[in-house]
Amino acid sequence: MANFSIKHQPGFTAVATTCFVVLYMPIVVLVVYAFNAATSTSEWGGFSLKWFQSAWQNTQVIDATLLSFQIGSVAAVLATIAATMAALATTRTVPYRGLTFKYAAINQPLMVPEIVTGVALLIFFSRIKISTGYSGLGYLIAAHTAFCIPFAYLPIRARLENMDLTLERAAADLYATPWQVFRRITLPLLWPGILAGLMLAFVISLDDVVITEFVKSGGQDTLPTYMLGQIRRGITPEINAISTAFLLLSVAIVTLFFFVSRKQD
Amino acid sequence: MATAEQVAKEAERRDIRTRWLLSAPALIIIFLAATGPLLIVLVYSVLTPGPYGDVKWQFSPEAWVSVVMERDIFDDTLSLAAAHVTIFWRSIKLAVVTTIATLALGFPTAYFMATRSEKTRDIWLFLITIPFWTNLLIRTFAVLQIIRNEGIINTILIKLGVVSAPIQILFTDTAILIGMAYVYLPLMVLPIYASMEKLDFRLVEAGYDLYANRFQVLRRIIFPLVRPGVIAGSILVFIPAIGAYVTPSVLGGGKNMMLSNLIELQFGQGRNWPLGSALSITVMIIVMVALLAYVRNAGRMEVRHG
Repeated sequence: MANFSIKHQPGFTAVATTCFVVLYMPIVVLVVYAFNAATSTSEWGGFSLKWFQSAWQNTQVIDATLLSFQIGSVAAVLATIAATMAALATTRTVPYRGLTFKYAAINQPLMVPEIVTGVALLIFFSRIKISTGYSGLGYLIAAHTAFCIPFAYLPIRARLENMDLTLERAAADLYATPWQVFRRITLPLLWPGILAGLMLAFVISLDDVVITEFVKSGGQDTLPTYMLGQIRRGITPEINAISTAFLLLSVAIVTLFFFVSRKQD
Repeated sequence: MATAEQVAKEAERRDIRTRWLLSAPALIIIFLAATGPLLIVLVYSVLTPGPYGDVKWQFSPEAWVSVVMERDIFDDTLSLAAAHVTIFWRSIKLAVVTTIATLALGFPTAYFMATRSEKTRDIWLFLITIPFWTNLLIRTFAVLQIIRNEGIINTILIKLGVVSAPIQILFTDTAILIGMAYVYLPLMVLPIYASMEKLDFRLVEAGYDLYANRFQVLRRIIFPLVRPGVIAGSILVFIPAIGAYVTPSVLGGGKNMMLSNLIELQFGQGRNWPLGSALSITVMIIVMVALLAYVRNAGRMEVRHG
């Protein structure tokens, strides 16, 4: 019993190691094959950047990427503003009538499988499209904003609830108006939460396939819906290159998010 | 003259009014682009299908009948719709097995992460967060490349001489299961880790002191204490798994449909929007039952831990 460690459980480390290897192996293979010179995806033809080049010159890919960023940034900003206001309205208060309703309403998009929201929006928006004739980006932005709100809300609310009220009270005692207190004290302290919420919302919007697939009008492919279409048609190394670039972007955002939310303590 | 009590009451009322104003934008957006449309789906499920998709505004319970029954075109008799039942069974089975598989893999992983030193814990957490935030379609595509006939697994097996011809994994239920377990694993690990991190290991020590063996400690001390995390993780995996669309359509091919693919079919080629709506509501009902079970369980947990 010399090395008895209370934290050790037999086999757990092995399972955990396997899990991490299994989680990363497909991603690594995907990235490696993005640099494959061969046209076929099943053999290795030497190192090459040509698939990145071909993706870069593919106007459909560029258009889809730009559209993804456009929708993602507008939806993330709108969702974060709405979520910040909602978080201020639902934290640091005695329970009041309607509070539970608000929690339920804000979290509703999380509870419903995407496919159901997708067809619901398909029905609703197609009615509006017929009666108004408008088929622009508004629908996609509205849909993305709605499902991003709960994600933006989470870190903002967490931040608000952990915030110390003393500074705000002190400011109020020193005759600051409520607006001044918010502007000078609450908002600066809340900022990391807002930033984290904004990043989460952006990533969530960028990731969405299902709802976008059902809501989009012709010619409104985002990067994920474009990729889904391509994968269904057959695998080309170009998809690996696009995925790799997309992956790098996600890793960058996650890293940033990780540091922003760590800084809170 | 206003008494102090009146003043306080007035201030409170004003505060609540401000709070409603502040939450209005979020509530309106969610109602317009998420909750409201769900109500329309409910209405559509009891209407008559239109000739080119959409509906005729005429009440009909037919869609709900068609969810599990089939009407014979000659004599109008009803029989069990074998295709739909198969798809329901497959969806529920795959969602449950995915939940169990991610739990079996995720529980030890979360335990491993939570028992590292504080500094290394952050690294493991970071490593699990990356796949979590990587696009689900990209991760599914990565799995596709591993399990297809010319993929790594088959190549290695053939080179080792284990098999002479590639094993067909892609476009089977197994492929969907592997894919879903892979993409949803972080959803299981994270909540279990969150409750595992708070675990007081002095209780574990006390258990060993009282002559419990490792298995007893795991079953009687650790597992009950992290149960909220286990339940949360299971629900987080089960809900997207039952409605999964991307993974089954990429890895399952056209034949191994799940509920989401059946719903999509009704809104596309099938041109039966009421049936698609009724199926969507059915998915919602399954999710709701799972959530209710969760809420009841979670409620009990809170009572027990005071």
